[in-house]
Amino acid sequence: MRTSTISKTVQLLALGIYSAGILSSCSTQTTQAEAAQTTEVAPDKMPTIMAELTDAPLVPAPITRKHAAKVVVKLEVKEVVKKLADGVDYTFWTFGGSVPGKFIRIRQNDEVEFHLMNHPDSKNPHNIDLHAVTGPGGGAASTFTAPGHETVFNFKALNPGLYVYHCATAPVGMHIANGMYGLILVEPEEGLPKVDKEYYVMQGDFYTKGEFGTPGLQPFDMEKALDENPSYVVFNGSVGALTGDNALTAKVGEKVRLFVGNGGPNLISSFHVIGEIFDNVYTEGGTKTQNNVQTTLVPAGGSAITEFKADVPGNYVLVDHSIFRAFNKGALGMLKVEGDENKRMYSGQIVDKIYQPEGSTVQEMPQSKAPAAAVALNKNSRMELGKTLFAQNCQACHQAEGQGIKGAFPPLAKSDYLNADLNRAIGIVAHGLEGQIKVNGELYNSTMPKLKLSDEEIANVLTYVVNNWGNKGGEVTPAQVKKAKASYKH
Amino acid sequence: MILQRLLLLMLLIGVCCKVQAQKSLPKNMVHVKGGTFVPLYGSDSTPVKVQSFLLDVYPVTNSEYLAFVSKYPKWRKSAVKKIFADENYLRGWASDLSLGANATKINNSPVVNVSWFAAKAYCDCQGKRLAKVEEWEFAALASETKANAANDAKFYQRSIEWYSQPNPTYLPPVQKSFRNYYGVYGMIGLVWEWTQNFNSAMVVGESRADVTMDRQLFCGSGSNGAKDVKNYVAFMRYAFRSSLKSNYTVANLGFRCAKSI
Repeated sequence: MRTSTISKTVQLLALGIYSAGILSSCSTQTTQAEAAQTTEVAPDKMPTIMAELTDAPLVPAPITRKHAAKVVVKLEVKEVVKKLADGVDYTFWTFGGSVPGKFIRIRQNDEVEFHLMNHPDSKNPHNIDLHAVTGPGGGAASTFTAPGHETVFNFKALNPGLYVYHCATAPVGMHIANGMYGLILVEPEEGLPKVDKEYYVMQGDFYTKGEFGTPGLQPFDMEKALDENPSYVVFNGSVGALTGDNALTAKVGEKVRLFVGNGGPNLISSFHVIGEIFDNVYTEGGTKTQNNVQTTLVPAGGSAITEFKADVPGNYVLVDHSIFRAFNKGALGMLKVEGDENKRMYSGQIVDKIYQPEGSTVQEMPQSKAPAAAVALNKNSRMELGKTLFAQNCQACHQAEGQGIKGAFPPLAKSDYLNADLNRAIGIVAHGLEGQIKVNGELYNSTMPKLKLSDEEIANVLTYVVNNWGNKGGEVTPAQVKKAKASYKH
Repeated sequence: MILQRLLLLMLLIGVCCKVQAQKSLPKNMVHVKGGTFVPLYGSDSTPVKVQSFLLDVYPVTNSEYLAFVSKYPKWRKSAVKKIFADENYLRGWASDLSLGANATKINNSPVVNVSWFAAKAYCDCQGKRLAKVEEWEFAALASETKANAANDAKFYQRSIEWYSQPNPTYLPPVQKSFRNYYGVYGMIGLVWEWTQNFNSAMVVGESRADVTMDRQLFCGSGSNGAKDVKNYVAFMRYAFRSSLKSNYTVANLGFRCAKSI
């Protein structure tokens, strides 16, 4: 009570001094601000501010003040059971109740009073090592906190940049593997350039006893962690944390800034947004920017700030371009850009025709038509041809055995959605599908592109699909495809 | 000649004591046969010898601790000195002499939120003492069937799973926990336990060395001097103990008593 009154008085006083300065020298406002930036203010003259902390993917508002402040950060450690993937739970150890931990935003030369509270129900002691801290253990030496206790230490944010923080209690690997990491941004004194959208994305690898997708409460598997062989690689703490309804959003013409972190504990991320080029990347979260970057490396225990302008509407997929992690372990996110199309910037497909390499001279076929694609003579040859088509067009997402990927790509194997209406399935293959559907009890909210396949090819691939992996069987004919295509337009 | 007699006498006394000890094995205590093991942290890499000792079968329960504070008023919630126990002392209890509405659920559960001073006083009053950290770790090596299950992968995985789970709302009764080779219940899978020495993991006793060593087990330096960096289960116990001070009380930290032979 008494302290808060004092700090309020100090705040008012500081505000008073500051405004007095502005009033008395309106003409030299800039100089005044610059002076305030560079001169060190006595701690008792500094305004005290409670830091706003946010859960991913949100980021606290940019700092507009032009002076250093005393910033109070209160971060609570909680051990919680939460979703790692659909049907899969995990005991996460968290800074603030979810993975990644709360985003902390301060300004260079701020003096931070850092409180670490370990919830009484925690089983383990925890501490925090902030890479933004200059001092032993990055704060870990001063914040070793037993369950039901609180520790406090102060530090001055000397260097601007985007920094990882993490728990550093032995066994450190296990504490990080359970999700104990987050980001702290130290804005440079001049601030960061203005953008329209800012988001917080943090990658982490998880080691569960069961394989990817094995349901139930999965315990930590130490052997896998030692082998650096994760069962999951995810953005923002779970498979699907950034897809479907949770996708990031932006409008055409907006500038987007992603604060990207990598908690590890083991893997380095090759962060990439499919269909975008980063205009600026603050490499490794530092001060220098690199321009026109396709994929940026984010070290374990490191970060990057990426900026780009959303020019073309559509869905942009965030991946770790170590691509099996994206398609098979969960490292997938999505940015939905809405707005008007610009056909000059991106036309969409405008031509699709037969390509026949004919050597260097232009040749012309005598009179005859180009050989038609193989035509199936019976159901068996239909399935045979369909198998190849499936491998070329469908397998990347729906997987070799039609099992799909939970949360991202619906299964075709034993699929209630598929078997319920084959004509609808034809329509989807022919015209694509966007929006939420329910398959075998799971919700999927994503986009399937339309496939440029002939009626014959659609018939073949669907005949292959319905006669495999426990589906209902039967034959789809080109005639049926033709009819269904017309009636199932999306 | 005199020496021989003396030896014989000592031997006789030794035997007598042993016989006596076995005869009068206190209720709910077991005999843990001594041996050697290499603890995770120690003054050097040589195995540590643990003498045979007696250990409580169960951690001390809420009802046992209630009986203790009834008899010794200075350890009641409202009376305890703050330097001996922090504000969370017996946090789950309704009052000095009442466990509250959930008494039936937690009567036989381990008492938690007790400080080291309180645990020590309890054991003193029973004519016992807290186990030394080496004794505790030695007894905790045992699975159901083996005295030393340090290399048993299944036992290890089960242990690490327990350490990774959050606390249950109500701790189970002590009799329901895992019983090890010695007949001791709940060494792993129930609560953390106070030991006589608990915050000395990284202290080697040589002041200059102590200064340069990290006593708080943080970051990479935590694995400095550890004997088996793969033994996360032991790491977590040592880390937990290192986070404590003698007046701390924690929601999943209880204790049991031991006795020298």
